[in-house]
Amino acid sequence: MTAVTPSTRAGAVPLWRDVRVLRLAAQLAVVLVIGLVVWFLVGNFVRATEARGLGFGFGFLGRQAGFEISESPIPFSATDTYGTAFLVGLLNTLFVSVLGIILATILGVGVGVARLSSNWLVGRIVGGYVELMRNTPLLVQLVILYFVVFLQLPAVGDSFAIGEAAFLNRRGLYLPGPSTSDGFGPWIGFCVAGIAVAVIARVVARRFEDAGQGSYRLRTLGLLAVLALPVIGWFAVGGAPLTFETPVLGTFNFSGGMALSTEFIALLTGLVLYTAAFIGEVVRGGIQAVRRGQLEAARALGLSEGQVLQLVIFPQALRVIVPPLTSQYLNLAKNSSLAVAIGYPDLFKIGQTMSNQTGQPVPVIVMVMGTYLAISLVTSLLMNIYNRRVQVAER
Amino acid sequence: MTAEILPPPRIAIGPLGWLRRNLFQSPLNGLVSVLLGAALIWLLLQVGGWAIGEARWSVVTDNLRIFLIGRYPGDLAWRIWLSLAILSILSGLSAGVFGRTTRMLAVTLSAIQALLAVLIATSPIGLLGVLAYAGNAAAVWIAFVIGVRGRVPRRALTVAWIVSLPAAFLLIAGFAGTPLTSVATNAWGGLLLTVLLATVGIVLSFPLGVLLALGRRSRLPVIRILSTGYIELIRGVPLVTILFMADLILPLFLPGEWRLDRVARAMGGITLFSAAYVAENVRGGLQAIPSGQIEAAQALGLTGVQTNLSIVLPQALRAVIPANVGLFISLLKDTTLVTIIGLLELLGIGRAVLAQSESLGASLEVYAFVAGVFFVLCYAMSQASYRLERALGVGTR
Repeated sequence: MTAVTPSTRAGAVPLWRDVRVLRLAAQLAVVLVIGLVVWFLVGNFVRATEARGLGFGFGFLGRQAGFEISESPIPFSATDTYGTAFLVGLLNTLFVSVLGIILATILGVGVGVARLSSNWLVGRIVGGYVELMRNTPLLVQLVILYFVVFLQLPAVGDSFAIGEAAFLNRRGLYLPGPSTSDGFGPWIGFCVAGIAVAVIARVVARRFEDAGQGSYRLRTLGLLAVLALPVIGWFAVGGAPLTFETPVLGTFNFSGGMALSTEFIALLTGLVLYTAAFIGEVVRGGIQAVRRGQLEAARALGLSEGQVLQLVIFPQALRVIVPPLTSQYLNLAKNSSLAVAIGYPDLFKIGQTMSNQTGQPVPVIVMVMGTYLAISLVTSLLMNIYNRRVQVAER
Repeated sequence: MTAEILPPPRIAIGPLGWLRRNLFQSPLNGLVSVLLGAALIWLLLQVGGWAIGEARWSVVTDNLRIFLIGRYPGDLAWRIWLSLAILSILSGLSAGVFGRTTRMLAVTLSAIQALLAVLIATSPIGLLGVLAYAGNAAAVWIAFVIGVRGRVPRRALTVAWIVSLPAAFLLIAGFAGTPLTSVATNAWGGLLLTVLLATVGIVLSFPLGVLLALGRRSRLPVIRILSTGYIELIRGVPLVTILFMADLILPLFLPGEWRLDRVARAMGGITLFSAAYVAENVRGGLQAIPSGQIEAAQALGLTGVQTNLSIVLPQALRAVIPANVGLFISLLKDTTLVTIIGLLELLGIGRAVLAQSESLGASLEVYAFVAGVFFVLCYAMSQASYRLERALGVGTR
């Protein structure tokens, strides 16, 4: 047998067998192929747009939109620009997503806990709800909610009234809305001051605690400040800074208060009911992942069932829950684009209108996709930060 | 000293004991049970009363053909039946030969076709359709018995699967210029389109997803960054935007003479979309492979490609089957979004039916039927995937 002598000369390995060279070549080849494909596609695109006499650019954002938007959190009219219209769509998407995430979390935690109920009937009913939601398409649910439920509600004149303050009819939901007076700005100042005092008190208290000293008074002071300052402010600014105005039935419709359109209510209800089923499963999985000994130990210590859940089970379950919960939040935000099927003017719907009107689908879709991507990234970022805080508790 | 062994008190065992343990543990629980039970019974009576008494199901049964296959020519509908027959026989044989893991697929396919036969029996499509699908449902079981008894070679069966999927698709689509005339895709609709979109989507996206997953774990930075970028980009945007892009923007980027029809574009969009999700599933499977497997393969002198093809992927792909069934279910539900770009899949057909004047006021019936079809399909598959997961022992190996 001849011994293999390791080559000492540099370059003994021919170039075409050198792993480093091969790796570089492989990567270059991939870049080249992708570059060629992109060049080919872009070339076609340039020819297509030139043939149709369309340019490519974002200049249309400054032009007058010329279409109305049925609902908007900021004032908008047909004379505003496309840029403003896009912003309205973004705000509508954010509005329904944020509200949806909050409500779906509350309902979802309830569903997850109820699914594990010791009461057989509760477990079964909630299980049926979860299976029904998870095994039918969200779009079908939304269409049913909108066309079969909310559009079949009574007309304005025969609205369902809840204590003469909230009204539900086929035009939407009318709630008492806040109405501000001149004193509102200063009053908000008082509130902020109260929160600031509480935060500072908490930070200082933490210092004391770390040093092993009591901090009871500081904590009380903080609590007092956050409760008392807004109350003091309320009277100090003279006249109530904030009044709740109830909707009043006029000749054709309700006026005053806060009006939520049927489209918005149907979309929100659909998103919440659908996502809550998924969150319920996530929560259930998280709770079941907590070892049974923890539950038994907590009960043995004499904690009540509520305390067991709040102090022992949830903090540990959260470690398992948060990562899949994040993807449910992302799904909810992305699913809000189904609004287009029931006519709620969200980001995608307005993007579609803009694309039709300007004949510039490419820049519009780039903006829409970029915005959804940004929403997704920001949501995951926030949830990752929260996740890290939850994970620190691990022992 | 003899102690008499007393039976447990009657209240602790039997149906009474069950009630006590599960519904009436405490006064509060008892109250909740009674109230909820009453509400549930009331709801069931309402829904049942509506479904049996008031609902005009004739809107669904009269239009059943277009709900199932859209405007696919009625005299060519045997092709769809034949495709399903091939798949039924194959899955029956597989269930007999391969055993547990494929058995759920066969049972599901048989049950769904049996249901289809029952549905067709209520419609004016005719007895032939009922018999055809009942026959398919039975064929699964006959093939199963043959698979268990006979000597069907495993490899031949695998090859048959790989060949039959595109064959079934081509049978439905047809070829221009052959006796098997082609059926324009704009005639495809209803449940047929829903199932085709989801199936083509998952089958085509699978190889792409595997490549992306390998790319994401590659040591070559350029490939890793490109794969990761693609996966995260696609996962960060809603499917509607991708469908919109495939429908309106893709044609702008292709040469003018390449005319892809709408269904093909939608399939392309769904494939590109689901590839990112397949990739993440496969990546999960790849991460579950112990590094000792890869080190052992390298120690044996296998190259990187050989290691992946014969050591890593076979193990990883088996572990991700249940996750991919889950993906297929969500894809099946997501195909409803193609109504937004104007294709008539099941939900789109529902809306088209409701636009006819004779179905005025029957929207609940139509939507309940659409939701019911999805529920049956998805629930059956999710149960199958759940059992599959346990049979494969994912997570316990």
